[in-house]
Amino acid sequence: MMEWFDGFWSIYSNLVLTIGINALLALSIWLTLSCGLLAMANAAFMGVGAYTAAILTMNFGAPFPLALAGGIAAPTLLALVIGGPTLRLSGVYLAMATLGFGEVVRVTILNAESVTGGALGLNGIPQLTEWWHVVAALVGTLLILWRLRRSRIGRAFEAIKEDDVAASLMGIAVRSHKMLAFALGAAIAGLAGALNAHLTFFIGPSEYGFDRAVDILTMTILGGTSALTGPVLGALIVTVLPELLRGFKDFRTMINGAILVIIVLFLPKGLWDPQRLRQLVRRGAH
Amino acid sequence: MLEQQLVNALSLGCVYALFALGFTLVFGVLGVINLSHGAIFMIGAYSALQVVTRLGFPLWASLASAFFIAGAFGLAIDFLVLRPLRRRGAPHLIPMIATIGLGIFFNSAAQGLFGAENLRFPTDLVPDTQLRFLGVQISVLEVAIIVLSVALMAALLVVMRKTQLGRALRAIAESPKAAALLGINVEGLFYLTSFTAAALGGVAGVLVALYSNAVFPLMGQPMLHKGIAVIILGGMGDIRGALIGGLFLGFAEVMSVAYIGSTMRDAVAFGLLFLVLLLRPQGMFGKVLERKA
Repeated sequence: MMEWFDGFWSIYSNLVLTIGINALLALSIWLTLSCGLLAMANAAFMGVGAYTAAILTMNFGAPFPLALAGGIAAPTLLALVIGGPTLRLSGVYLAMATLGFGEVVRVTILNAESVTGGALGLNGIPQLTEWWHVVAALVGTLLILWRLRRSRIGRAFEAIKEDDVAASLMGIAVRSHKMLAFALGAAIAGLAGALNAHLTFFIGPSEYGFDRAVDILTMTILGGTSALTGPVLGALIVTVLPELLRGFKDFRTMINGAILVIIVLFLPKGLWDPQRLRQLVRRGAH
Repeated sequence: MLEQQLVNALSLGCVYALFALGFTLVFGVLGVINLSHGAIFMIGAYSALQVVTRLGFPLWASLASAFFIAGAFGLAIDFLVLRPLRRRGAPHLIPMIATIGLGIFFNSAAQGLFGAENLRFPTDLVPDTQLRFLGVQISVLEVAIIVLSVALMAALLVVMRKTQLGRALRAIAESPKAAALLGINVEGLFYLTSFTAAALGGVAGVLVALYSNAVFPLMGQPMLHKGIAVIILGGMGDIRGALIGGLFLGFAEVMSVAYIGSTMRDAVAFGLLFLVLLLRPQGMFGKVLERKA
């Protein structure tokens, strides 16, 4: 048994840890979605976190915990700065603005060559991320979000999601709650980026662009947004699927795209939909 | 030298505007951010290339076939994907995600069918004569790009502003339900909009492919990002905004390449975008979107 596990781990440890990191990213966008915000800046926040942490360890010899803290703090501050003007927008307008912001970040990283290595990226990042770091980050985030959902703040998020005007009339501070969701989402994405940078040895600006933003959104939508299980499940599937589809070669990503369309068309609430699952169980019992 | 840069900027800006026009049209009328528009652009370029190399069509016929083939794809997307979502009354986010999936699907299908490499149009397709005009050099291709884009955009503007059809479309943009109550065939006009937008995107694809002499599966992605920038600059769903935003981005890029350096090209474009986001997130022509209690 142990031998089997050792063999499995030596081949797939990177994949398993990537699932954990992707789950963090999916949770970061789930948080903003739970407040009714379609913000697509998470890939950019991940990139800011990754670069900050990597530069801290490589150029300043900072200890890993400090690098992680920096990787969380930098995107959070950035979110607080851009949140002011952009969170005035709603719906798809916010989505477009945050996608645009993501491009700004990518191009900035690309052009700040002296600090970020430009298009060549940062090479030789020390591999400090241990498996239990990822597990601890994921479990901690899940606990915080689970607790948050059941708190006043979580209920305020839900009210804002349903109708932000009605929420403000009930005395909920809509703007600061939106800002909180946005900044906390950025913090989680930054943590994921910092962990990922110290897992993969190399980071480059193209990893944090439009495609990554879309990937993160896909995981959450695929899994479903009604519970915390959804994003984690979605991250698991989106990470493992390309490995399973290896045999299809060129058409592999084509299947990815098709799955996305099919889910949206036929499973509007995502895979993890407690209501539908309960119905299925009840039907099975008869 | 400035005049020369202005001419280059004009042809680049026209293509951006043409691409962004379809993008903004679908958003204005259907309320959908169509993120498969980049793939449609690529499909236009590939279909023109196919009819030129396999069937030996002349240039004008390849442009026409790109128009209709890309348009047909747009129509199919609307019928098979967007219409069921409309029927269900899905929130705006949902069709946007569906079009992301479609974009991935088409891009990798093109890669599987035609390979990832760069394909080229035959060199004798467009005469490479340079015209001289008031001391400025301009190629036949650039003239064609400017004339064709301006003609298509003018036609669209006239239709939107002056005809019954345009009034109906603007009514739908305000409220599809109210438009339906007024006896407007809303579904039919949704199809027409999807067709037209994709057809314009397809033509833009051919023009860019000719200009840069390159056809490849992911050619639509950078264009899609530019398109996003253009409609944020101009204000989403606004046709004038797409025109002016497109030209503006073309000028900003060409001027930054000429006077700052080519690596700063995207930085300038997206730096502008960032400023607009901070100072006026609704864009030049966008309405203020806050709903007040």
